[in-house]
Amino acid sequence: MSDARDDIVTVGLLAEGMHDPGVPPAGIRRAPTGVDDLATEHLIVNMGPQHPSTHGVLRMLVELDGEEVKNAEVTLGYLHRGIEKLAEHRRFDALGTLMDRGDYVSGIMGETAVALAVEQLMEIEVPRRARWIRVMMAELNRIATHLLWYGTMGLDTGAMGPFLYAMRDRESLLDILEAVSGARMMFNYVRPGGVVADLPVSIEAKIREFCDAFDTYVDEHDAILAGNEIFQARLDGIGVIDAEMALAFGLTGPNLRASGVDFDLRKRRPYDAYDEMIFDVPLGVTGDAMDRFSVRMEEMRQSSRIIRQCIEGMPEGGYTAKVPKVLKPPAGEVYASVESARGEVGIHLVTDGGTSPYRMHYHGPSLYALQALEDLMPGYLLADGCIMIGSADIMLGEVDR
Amino acid sequence: MALDRLTGENSLLFIRSEQLFDLARTNSLWYISFGIACCAIEGLMSASGPRFDFDRSGVFFRNSPRQADVMIVAGTVNVKMADTVRRLYEQMPEPRWVVAMGACASTGGPFREYPNVVMGVDKVIPVDVYIPGCPPRPESVQYAFIELRKKIRAKTEERLAARRERD
Repeated sequence: MSDARDDIVTVGLLAEGMHDPGVPPAGIRRAPTGVDDLATEHLIVNMGPQHPSTHGVLRMLVELDGEEVKNAEVTLGYLHRGIEKLAEHRRFDALGTLMDRGDYVSGIMGETAVALAVEQLMEIEVPRRARWIRVMMAELNRIATHLLWYGTMGLDTGAMGPFLYAMRDRESLLDILEAVSGARMMFNYVRPGGVVADLPVSIEAKIREFCDAFDTYVDEHDAILAGNEIFQARLDGIGVIDAEMALAFGLTGPNLRASGVDFDLRKRRPYDAYDEMIFDVPLGVTGDAMDRFSVRMEEMRQSSRIIRQCIEGMPEGGYTAKVPKVLKPPAGEVYASVESARGEVGIHLVTDGGTSPYRMHYHGPSLYALQALEDLMPGYLLADGCIMIGSADIMLGEVDR
Repeated sequence: MALDRLTGENSLLFIRSEQLFDLARTNSLWYISFGIACCAIEGLMSASGPRFDFDRSGVFFRNSPRQADVMIVAGTVNVKMADTVRRLYEQMPEPRWVVAMGACASTGGPFREYPNVVMGVDKVIPVDVYIPGCPPRPESVQYAFIELRKKIRAKTEERLAARRERD
């Protein structure tokens, strides 16, 4: 931060003590000033909805003073397609299709949230094997999600290479997901009562092969970006969310854990078979973009660890409980949540005894991360704002719903 | 057009200018990187990834509509987004083509019952190729580009045939 200002002193703009820009607050990098005597205006820049670093259709109105963000305002609704309303006309076993398209990169987690809610209402006992399959698929999907985030994080910082490496690994992951569920993205695999089909034969070998390769690849991924000095300089101290702020904004998932709050639904409120799994929850210290990066990288390693446990100890048994063809949960209200790749995905179902929910609320973690961005961006450079958007890992399908 | 057979020493190529432009256009169909929803992951990101590697057939993303030839509408277009899609389309230089990727962009897809969702992007901008699927695989997008190439070439050939007839 001092380099740029030193340059200015040497060229003489500040040499005679005409103007002292003051010491910027710790952790905030300012664009070099020194021309405040000139009449300047704030510039309002419209960022998005078509913008390569807004990760979808995020639109931000950014008020700029030079390159420094003075004010940022998020505009939502460019992908609002009424998932909650449409759910009121879907059968209970078809809710998963909508959830797939909500957070479209981590579909299994969304499906699981709906399935858990319906199971709680109908008091269905899910077979142990089905619960293990769900955990394995969710962790495979978590790696796929984080890999996509890792690739775009590289793109946001101006590195194209990591994206290609990430997509290479993601493709081999999608092959496994496709062999199990039949689809690359919209799985519709987890249903109330279990999963829709048993694991195909000899998939274990494929998954083990992937895990073996991935455990070395993930270190490589980490080294490519986190070992890069430019990348470090761009992420260190950017977008600091302390624990208090994170809790106040209702952040969950890696964004919250990067701030040092030990909250992981897989540990705190274990669903499926997570109480039988051994894994660590990585935590950050300062809550800056670098911490959010490191937490996600470590989560990938932990996911790989869980997948290994799943294929080692996959129990025998049925893959689904006996459920009626048309699900008719009793009238009531239930909230079920899962730890998705981005945080807590919660489903609040209100039923009236019919074949479709009376009301479904979809709680997605990205919306809350997005609200925090508005408070984070002022004071930083616009390019740092892109880093913040990238490190918060926002999924617009989940924000607008 | 087998160019490799024509490129020797002292070789000459007689070609109509329209066909020459078509040759260039069909082999460098740059698309605007404008992912709306789920399809963007398959049609724009996996597509530029190492396995499918659209780059090898000259299909590459540009971040500005002014440098793009093709717009892949990858996702659900709702009423709020429709204006933006239209504006981006109008910012693209002619000739320009549109690929409606997936069920949502073609007809509204699984969300068509919702009043906020536009029932197919062809209500907003003209579409050249539709790709079915939810989401279509990257191979389908590749196929769509092959079809688009045929369509681009066919237009010139039609025009030439009409001119021959007139003369």
